[in-house]
Amino acid sequence: MGNRVGIVGVGQTHHRSKRSDVNGQEIINEAVSRALAGAELTIEEIDAVVIGNMDHFEGINYVDMWSVDGSGGYMKPIMKVTTGGTTGSTVAAAGYYQAASGLFDTVLAIGWEKNSESDTSAAIATCANPILERETFAGAIGPLAAEYSMYMKKYGATEDDAHLAAVRDHNNGANNPYAHLRKRVTLDDVRNSPMLAYPIRLLDMCPRSDGACAVIYASENKARKITDTPAWVVTTTTRHDYTHFGDLDWTIMQTLEEASKAAYKKAGIKDPLHEFDVMELYLPASSCAVKWMESLGVCGRGEAPELIREGVTDMDGELPVNPSGGVICTNPIGATALIRVAEAALQIMGKADKRQVPDVEKALATGFGGCSWSDVMVLSSSKPR
Amino acid sequence: MERVGIIGVGQTKYEREKRETFGEMVYEVVKKALDDAGITIEDIDNVVTVSNDFWDGRTISCMAVADASGAYGKDTSTVEGDGAFGALYGLMRVLSGAYNNTLVVAHCKGSESYSSAITNAAFDPIYERILGIDAITSSALQAKRYMTKYLLNEEQFAKVSVKNHKNAKNNPFAQLPLDITVDDVLNSRMLSDPIKLLDASPISDGAAAIILSAERQAKEVSQNPVWIKGVGYCSDAYRIGDRDLAEPNSLRRAAKDAYKMASIENPLKEIDVAEVYDAFSYQELLWMEGLNFCRSGEGGKLIDEGVTEMGGELPVNPSGGVISAHPVLVAGLTRIIEAVLQIRGDAEKRQVPNAEIALAHGINGMCGQSHCVWLLGK
Repeated sequence: MGNRVGIVGVGQTHHRSKRSDVNGQEIINEAVSRALAGAELTIEEIDAVVIGNMDHFEGINYVDMWSVDGSGGYMKPIMKVTTGGTTGSTVAAAGYYQAASGLFDTVLAIGWEKNSESDTSAAIATCANPILERETFAGAIGPLAAEYSMYMKKYGATEDDAHLAAVRDHNNGANNPYAHLRKRVTLDDVRNSPMLAYPIRLLDMCPRSDGACAVIYASENKARKITDTPAWVVTTTTRHDYTHFGDLDWTIMQTLEEASKAAYKKAGIKDPLHEFDVMELYLPASSCAVKWMESLGVCGRGEAPELIREGVTDMDGELPVNPSGGVICTNPIGATALIRVAEAALQIMGKADKRQVPDVEKALATGFGGCSWSDVMVLSSSKPR
Repeated sequence: MERVGIIGVGQTKYEREKRETFGEMVYEVVKKALDDAGITIEDIDNVVTVSNDFWDGRTISCMAVADASGAYGKDTSTVEGDGAFGALYGLMRVLSGAYNNTLVVAHCKGSESYSSAITNAAFDPIYERILGIDAITSSALQAKRYMTKYLLNEEQFAKVSVKNHKNAKNNPFAQLPLDITVDDVLNSRMLSDPIKLLDASPISDGAAAIILSAERQAKEVSQNPVWIKGVGYCSDAYRIGDRDLAEPNSLRRAAKDAYKMASIENPLKEIDVAEVYDAFSYQELLWMEGLNFCRSGEGGKLIDEGVTEMGGELPVNPSGGVISAHPVLVAGLTRIIEAVLQIRGDAEKRQVPNAEIALAHGINGMCGQSHCVWLLGK
């Protein structure tokens, strides 16, 4: 069996819409340097590196090779993993498996993106089948809008339910010095923001950001030597759906349901609402912050609007969701899901400063991407069995 | 390290302009690998696909093969790089204890790609791309540097091409089985001095798949698993100007790590057969040095003395190598498959007698920036 693995250091950049002060290698280095400094390690103490982003955003081929000046991968084992929107959580899983394999004691996992160098929607649209679907599928907003419209019709959820979740995340983001959007908003601000695709408005939707995130994993023996408070990885799971968008069932988030169910089983979690102390979720739009809570088993079908209205997921609620402000405040795509893992780890380590939830013992982080992929990672303050 | 075995392999015939889609090629090799292992897709608990958005011409290119790889409802991930690196991640997932039977599959259609533009995009966007540099022209610089530093000549490179294309005649999967002479290579069309057409690998389409399994599981399902004895991988500096292109230092490090794990002290004596990534003829000689089969600058001697011929002390690329079929991203996984077949004694007309330890090699990046070394055995 493999090694138990803990997260011993995390670093992220200050995310903005355009970081023209740094190039790609430099923005990667900013996150890596901060992760190393946080863990009080040097790059010499890193055994292997894994990195990810989405090729077509920056137009750089073989990014693992190109990145070594910034990643510290020079004369080290390095590889690239990438799966679209889930790239960050794919990187997170790879960092975990590599450290658990016993081949390495310390693994540096990096996600990054400079979305300012791309046409994000155009680059996303080429994920669709070139003959059958590419002409009608346009970017990420449309499918999310369609998904929530179906959900509203079925369960009587409202636009305001999503807006309330947007208010929650935006106001949380104001406490996070690294967040891209740090402006406090009211329900009326969200209601009055421009419509992007009914029912999703501008303040409901994630921005596109420049940024990077780095997470350092260490095997059991090494982790204890590096920090007294590692965030132990309990398990991680991935599920994805069919290749063609027309084959998907849009009224449920099936992959998140299956991935979380599998992860809970492995982690021995029966009551996610009460057993988790905090969740950092990849919610690309506030509408997902409603509907997807059901897929995570936090409440029953159709019950999510009530959960949001009652403030259960607010900072002072029973299960705070996205203390960092989440994806609608910060979205450097290849890093976005890794930031979820990093923020969840900070919560366990007690290093989340103004966004800290008290006494976090169990945290959930998720990733979401193209083809309705879902990744789930469970972190814990106590070493898994 | 817990023992991990390769229990099934599958590859397509490599051809230019295959009619099959990515998904169809992937389905073909997954089916072959499952049949080879004697298991079904239900026995696979996770899948690692290998794809690259540039070569596939679509973003999130892993989506295009998700169904065909049988990953629906299973845990899955995607490595972007050579298939040997995809296999490495598969190995780590098994070693982590999280998975048992792990499927790794890679695909590429070079015939639907524009290699020069795609490999140009691997260079620095500000300072280097404008030169028009690509895989062929940068490799030409490497070949020149190698010739200049260690006084090798083009005839020696040509001999590699002659040997490997001849070997390919014994491999039904190879794209370019050829009866050629050194003069044919020397007189073939110049691509980028000193690389001529017959020094270069072809444009290829194809796919390959392997199934990895931890020891306990492997013994249950397979009569004949091939065991992974050692692995190593390492990246050199990014800019080719920051490297001495005649010194494959990252390969030396990767090989050292793999040899250490496999307890190999004298690679030339202890290894029975090697499948290396000869995208260009000169590379086989340079990689021989990096793999410590000879001293620096002595790669040419190996081919001159026939050491790497089929009947030599260390047959190299019995399959015909990458120069006889080069599906990018797939080719490193193909090297692993060929090494597996050699150890099993299933390599038919290209079999090296009594092969007990085989080496497989993959590369990433330009001019072999990053290397991956596998040692397989009984």
